[in-house]
Amino acid sequence: MEMAPRFFRQGPSLLTRLIFFVVLSLVLMAIDTRFKYLAEIRQAFSTAIYPIQKLANVPSTVYGRASEFFLSHGLVEENEHLKQQHLIDSGQLQRLHALQAENAQLRNLLQTAQRMDGQAVMAEILHVPRDPFNRKVMLDKGSQGGVQPGQVVVDDAGVVGQITRIYPWMSEVTLITDKDHSVPVHVVRNGLRSVVSGTGKDGALELRYVAVNTDIQEGDLLATSGIDGVYPPGLPVAVVSRIERNSTYVFARVTCTPAAGVGNNRQLLILSLLTPVVEIPAEVLEIKPEKKKREKVGVR
Amino acid sequence: MAFVNYPRQEILLPAKGSFIAFSLFFALLLNLLPLKGVALSLWPDFVALVALYWCINQPQRAGISMAFGMGLLMDIGDASALGQHALAYSIMAFIALIFQRRLSIFGLLKQAPQIGLILLTGQFVILLAGLLAGSDFPGWDFFLISVIGMLLWPLVSSLLGIPQKPRSDSDAG
Repeated sequence: MEMAPRFFRQGPSLLTRLIFFVVLSLVLMAIDTRFKYLAEIRQAFSTAIYPIQKLANVPSTVYGRASEFFLSHGLVEENEHLKQQHLIDSGQLQRLHALQAENAQLRNLLQTAQRMDGQAVMAEILHVPRDPFNRKVMLDKGSQGGVQPGQVVVDDAGVVGQITRIYPWMSEVTLITDKDHSVPVHVVRNGLRSVVSGTGKDGALELRYVAVNTDIQEGDLLATSGIDGVYPPGLPVAVVSRIERNSTYVFARVTCTPAAGVGNNRQLLILSLLTPVVEIPAEVLEIKPEKKKREKVGVR
Repeated sequence: MAFVNYPRQEILLPAKGSFIAFSLFFALLLNLLPLKGVALSLWPDFVALVALYWCINQPQRAGISMAFGMGLLMDIGDASALGQHALAYSIMAFIALIFQRRLSIFGLLKQAPQIGLILLTGQFVILLAGLLAGSDFPGWDFFLISVIGMLLWPLVSSLLGIPQKPRSDSDAG
């Protein structure tokens, strides 16, 4: 057979190449979503993408600085407001110190474990991904800044989400509105424990598997219960906005609005990891690791 | 004459590799701008547009592998499942390469709806990947990005063509 001239040889055909890349990306997707083995590849690509993300942030940073510079007339009122807020806060803080001391003493008397004091790191939102299938944001602090997966992210009003992936200089936060994210909570009014899950829509959470006759009302505040050992207890998470009780169903449909401005803030606080108050017995971990993984609430 | 109705075509110079790389880098930059709310849901996928432009206009240099690589970068940037954008971009590049000769006959305005269909196919692939991974349907406005990408095609395409214009058109008839 006569060889084709060099000009006409173009390597494998288009269809072959397409099939190769389609199979490759399908395999990548399967490995990434099912087995989570691709941390190293993600790390490598993230170092390539980080400078671009940093650069993409320059216009908004410059705009922010410029508008700060030109819009200084609101500063007097803002300063006044902040001063008042500071007074109120410091008054409350003094009471908090007294209460903390009292609480520690009472816990000592009852011989229960002390509550942990958490440290916090400030981080800024670097980028909001456009993926319509999950609710995540990227923060500008990563493993180099001491961020660890599983840390809780809050803003001034409540829980925002949890660090689920870390890169050297940035980290990925899964918001509480993400479909696969759950937070163990209790109703502040009556202490009822439940788990609030994201719906995948902005500004909506739901309480699943709440019996129709449960004592829960619209406007109830849900705060973290702390029984998971991940979320510190007492952080506001959501407010119950709507309850549909239909006696033909076993469960009521409880919709909640997040307390924090999920997606509104630029600066967020990353809380340090809590050491679990109760150690999990080793034999429990050995016996049913598979079941444990499924039952575990939240992503660590 | 059958050729009278065709728009007069300029013969463009081959693009420099550095310019292709720069345009892809810039598109990635545009995709990763920190946007919020409505702007975020309307912001077109510039990487897809630029990759399609190079597949149509420089098929010797840009191909499926380039689209795949850009897709992986987008996956990291968008924190989506690794391979989701890569799959969509590879398929878009494949379609563009198949129809490359046909597409380059049309003017930019007539190309736009066809590009829109390719973009829509890509988004459909992303949607399918998301649905298979167990997500909910994100709503019909998800496809608006393709429509806006289609409207932007003539602009993007003519901007990317500027450096390849012949220097002097003294003997252009």
